[in-house]
Amino acid sequence: MPQDLTLILLLSFPLLGFAINGIFGKQLPKMVIGSIATVAVFASFLLATSLFSRLDGTTIVNLFNVLDFENLQINASFQIDALSIWMTLIITGVGSLIHLFSIGYMSHDEGFYKFFTYLNLFIFSMLILVLGSNYFVLFFGWEGVGMCSYLLISFHYNDAQKGIANSLAGRKAFIMNRIGDVGLLVALFMIIGQFNTLEYTKIGHLIESNKALTGGAMFFITLSLFIAATGKSAQIPLFSWLPDAMAGPTPVSALIHAATMVTAGIYLTVRSNFLFELAPFTQNIILYTGLATTLFAAFMALRQNDIKKVLAYSTVSQLGLMFVALGFGAYTVALFHVTTHAFFKALLFLGSGSVIHGMHEEQDIRKMGGLAKLMPITHFTFLIGTMAISGIPFLSGFFSKDEIMAQALHHNTFAYIVLVIAVTMTAVYMFRLYFLTFHGEFRGGDQLKSKVHESGPSMTLPLIILAILSIFGGLLNLPGLFFKNSAHWFDHFLSAGTFGLNHIHPVHLDFATSIQLMIFASIVALSVLIWAYLNYVKKGNIAKDDKDLNGWERLSAAKLFVDELYNVLIVNPILAISDFTGKIIDIKLLRNGVYALADGVLNSANISRKWQSGFLSSYLFWMVFGLIIFVAYYILKISVWH
Amino acid sequence: MSLQIISIILGSLTLATALLVVLSKHPVRSVIYLVVTFFLITSMYIMMNAQFLAIVNMIVYAGAIMVLFLFVLMLLNLNKEIEPVNTRTAQFTALIAGGSLLLILITALKDTLILGESFRQKNEQIGLVKELGNLLFTKYVVAFEITSILFIAAMVGAILLAKREKQIIE
Amino acid sequence: MSIGTSLDFFLFVAIALFAIGAIGAMTRKNMIVLLMCIELMLNAVNLMLVTFSTYYGNGDAQIFVFFTMVVAAAEATVGLSIIIMAYRNLKSIDIDMYNQLKN
Repeated sequence: MPQDLTLILLLSFPLLGFAINGIFGKQLPKMVIGSIATVAVFASFLLATSLFSRLDGTTIVNLFNVLDFENLQINASFQIDALSIWMTLIITGVGSLIHLFSIGYMSHDEGFYKFFTYLNLFIFSMLILVLGSNYFVLFFGWEGVGMCSYLLISFHYNDAQKGIANSLAGRKAFIMNRIGDVGLLVALFMIIGQFNTLEYTKIGHLIESNKALTGGAMFFITLSLFIAATGKSAQIPLFSWLPDAMAGPTPVSALIHAATMVTAGIYLTVRSNFLFELAPFTQNIILYTGLATTLFAAFMALRQNDIKKVLAYSTVSQLGLMFVALGFGAYTVALFHVTTHAFFKALLFLGSGSVIHGMHEEQDIRKMGGLAKLMPITHFTFLIGTMAISGIPFLSGFFSKDEIMAQALHHNTFAYIVLVIAVTMTAVYMFRLYFLTFHGEFRGGDQLKSKVHESGPSMTLPLIILAILSIFGGLLNLPGLFFKNSAHWFDHFLSAGTFGLNHIHPVHLDFATSIQLMIFASIVALSVLIWAYLNYVKKGNIAKDDKDLNGWERLSAAKLFVDELYNVLIVNPILAISDFTGKIIDIKLLRNGVYALADGVLNSANISRKWQSGFLSSYLFWMVFGLIIFVAYYILKISVWH
Repeated sequence: MSLQIISIILGSLTLATALLVVLSKHPVRSVIYLVVTFFLITSMYIMMNAQFLAIVNMIVYAGAIMVLFLFVLMLLNLNKEIEPVNTRTAQFTALIAGGSLLLILITALKDTLILGESFRQKNEQIGLVKELGNLLFTKYVVAFEITSILFIAAMVGAILLAKREKQIIE
Repeated sequence: MSIGTSLDFFLFVAIALFAIGAIGAMTRKNMIVLLMCIELMLNAVNLMLVTFSTYYGNGDAQIFVFFTMVVAAAEATVGLSIIIMAYRNLKSIDIDMYNQLKN
């Protein structure tokens, strides 16, 4: 099968699934709906592997022309290269596992077909986003995933107790994403103004041939792109929507708000690497934004009691980590962490979904405990996920984090220290979460305890697969320490196959430094593990109620009062202005003005309609009258002219 | 000189009969006067060497169209009693409007007068059938063909409109 | 300028005919007379066209007269059939009775 046909099929399978489930979903049985959706995504995954195996440089598939101006052409074209195919593999691979999981998780839900319709639409939009060969197609997918995210966050909008809260969470995500989207739009316009094209490769070649393009324009373009990335990837200052987005069903959190959509910002930055390389100042902004995000998000996660909220803040923190790598210009390293993060965060979210499912929609870890015996598979896979994210040696997270730390150590010692603190906190809150959930005594009451059960095979199978990936994902990019010859396979693969990245190589530390680094990281992670075990299991400390918290704990539980700060700084002034314009300008000025205008028209029409007497002779009279005026005008004009 | 006298007489008569068309109370009389007007106009055409048009004018207007008018009048069986009359003020305003139109058109014409040109034509042949036929079937052949479509449409329309509908008969 | 010395006189006759036709159309309420007045106005235009044609020695204007006649004939047939139709409905040929489109 030729590449372009494969690509079209790859894109059309999720769209087809979306169409079938969207149109006929109401009539179909749940099993069929779930199978259609899962098979559609899995078929895309298979096609993506076929493309992956035949990958050869950059191929551009042009489908049709969208806009055609004199000196600007925008095509619906797609680009097959290492970066886009790798993202496609993650999206469809993790996506199909999560689809499979959702069949079990959503089995009791009334909106079953709607859920899978949205999920397939999301996969389609996300594929458009990563496969597009220009910023226009990317923007199309960007908006598509934003919409699906909104739809899925507020999926339970008619829930009796939490319906309104869910809707508000969806709205918050939508609005915050919109702020980022404005940045993307501005960047698009500036790129058109600067380069007269939106194609990645063309822009890259233009930059290569003209090195003098540095300066202000590049700074503003990259800054706007980064604003877009902060919106989608939940960085400071636009991060607070992501924890609220946990209102959506858990598979959604795993797919959209952990594994795929939130990495769109990283993807955008990696894709635009040639632009960012010309704007060192923006790279610094990215670096420090990433550092602040990873630190503060990790801090906020320390005293959250909602199992999903902890994971959400952890996601924000990990995304910050990836942006730190981007800030150092280590694009492949960031993408490596995107990959491993997709594995273990999807695993953790699905594990928490399994827990929530088993606990009958209970999400508070203060009511859990001792689930290890009740849900053995979930427990085991969750443990692997926790160890991976905490950086326990030789799991995937260990390697990908270590790469980022190595970059930091080489470039900027301050950044390295911050990262060590953040990574330590990550290990702390993750083990706290793990021990409080799975060990100790069950705190949810006997009645609930009798109903807790292990999830079915459609839910545990994805967990097992993801756990395996979380363990061995690190092998993709082994540091030079191990296998000398085939080390950093992922780096080479991406650099060779992606436009722009072939000039940029991340720093690889020498043997002694890197082994010191690894040993230090291992010691930190393991000591946290032991401390958490002693504290939460042996001493039996459990999460305290909010009122018992002291100083910093209260700050962490209240999320550093970011929402309150935004309310005071932005929301309330806007509400006040809206109130003012609504009451004064709208009603007093506009409404009354429009009414006056309408009254004037009505009155004048009432007067002028008397002319419509219905008598032909009067019409004729006016006609002749008009004729006279015309002829008289011409006579006058001619005589004056003479 | 005699031609000019004839033209003055013809013109005055034309205007007089045209006025009678408007003024006479009975529609049938209006039709008769209109026929006379058309005859006078036809004679003016002949004076200007437009023989073919003169003949066509006589046949089509005075012959066909006016007979149609007469037929309709008889069909409707109108009489003087039901003849609608406009109010005095309406007639007065109409008179003023028409008078102003006349004045203003004369003023307009004053600048374009073709003074001193007698009835002698530059080309006496143009009014003949041969010349007009040449023009009609070469330069204006498309318009001529479209005219036939117009006629068919008018014919069908007239028949459809004037036909009694079935429900009225029943 | 002495009236009648030239083709100008016919132009004046044509204008006067047109004005008379217009006055008639405005004053008379009988629909059939109204149509006749319109015919009068059309003939005034025809006369003018023929006069100019004679002056310029150009046959095109006469062709236009020909077409005017065609249109006038078509208009007369359709107009008269509309009058018949209208008369059947309201039993009147008073043009002012037909003012229902006003509202």
